[in-house]
Amino acid sequence: MAIEGVEIIKAAAYLGAGLAMGLGAIGPGVGEGMAAAKACEAIGKNPAEAGLLTRTMLVGQAVTESTGIYALVIALLLLFVV
Amino acid sequence: MILDIQTWVHVAAFVGAGLSIGLGATGAAVGEGYTAAKANFAISRKPEMAGDIFKTMLVGQAVAESASIFALVIAMILLFTEFSADSCIIIPVLLASGLCMGFGAIGSGIGAGYPAGAACEGMARQPAMSGRLTTNMLIGSAVCQTTSIYALVTSLILIYLDFSVRPLSPTWAAVMGAGFASGIGAIGSGIGEGLVAESACAGIARQPSTAAPVTNMMLLGQAVTETTAIYGLLVSFIMMFKVFPASDSIASSMALLGAGLCMGIGALGPGIGEGITARGAVKWIARNESSSASTIRVMLVGQAVSESTGIYALVISLVLIFVI
Repeated sequence: MAIEGVEIIKAAAYLGAGLAMGLGAIGPGVGEGMAAAKACEAIGKNPAEAGLLTRTMLVGQAVTESTGIYALVIALLLLFVV
Repeated sequence: MILDIQTWVHVAAFVGAGLSIGLGATGAAVGEGYTAAKANFAISRKPEMAGDIFKTMLVGQAVAESASIFALVIAMILLFTEFSADSCIIIPVLLASGLCMGFGAIGSGIGAGYPAGAACEGMARQPAMSGRLTTNMLIGSAVCQTTSIYALVTSLILIYLDFSVRPLSPTWAAVMGAGFASGIGAIGSGIGEGLVAESACAGIARQPSTAAPVTNMMLLGQAVTETTAIYGLLVSFIMMFKVFPASDSIASSMALLGAGLCMGIGALGPGIGEGITARGAVKWIARNESSSASTIRVMLVGQAVSESTGIYALVISLVLIFVI
């Protein structure tokens, strides 16, 4: 069975897409969890500011999410463009 | 030197058995060590409770141990079963089975150690709550064990399902991917659920009157944390039970292997992160029960955002399985 160069590139792109999204999901997952944990604790300490704390948590998590979205974009590029 | 299939089947079974118990033993050892360390702290704080704390430590360690016992069972099956050598496909199947159970036992072993340690500390702090603490510890660590049970189920299906009628390529990649998805995917949720149960035990010891809401909150937090391990199980079931058409292309094999690795590794972060969130929420339910409504709301929103990267991983792995 002769394996052509194009085949190997496709294979590497698929494996790379899986690894990119898999590894890329670790950091944001843990980081957003930490942000949410501190928000829960802060609401416990000062329930009156629940609205402000939730808003701040969501903005912080949105920024944390960005690296996960980079991983998703790269994975989709590897799957459908390369 | 020409090695026949039978020889390679033996090699795969023995390597799989070694990986299963080798990886599977690490988690329980770490978790039980943590429990013992906490029990020592607790006994030095309240030596007159030494007997009860010692008993709780042993019960907690026994639960943490069960994950590595699953790994031992799979290793024994791989060592002592005579597998038929009709088809080469049995070789990756046995390797995948060992890897799946080995990885899958890590999270539950570490996770179940946390609530046991916190229960021992709590008994020194609040001796009157010993019974409630032990019950909460058992519930919490039982939930931690579920992820290693998913890995056990996947391992057993891999061993006992007949793959010999399927084409070698790309089925070898599908079974390896199934092992990775279910095995590695179980680690994050196992650790995360342990963190939730730890803070529930600590919270009950701190504020005994909140025992009921704390246990309920623990179960809610653990249920959400479990989701990523369920994604891993789902992807591995799809890959085990879907019959992939024969293909000589290396690309289709790598797509399936990539799908399994993507879902397995992608479930690690959200599993741990959602556990950290629920730990914080449970901690403050015990301290300030009156604001529990807004704490629960923020916990669920925060966990949902943390879940998103796990969902991205699920999407990419489903695309790799069904679209590519």
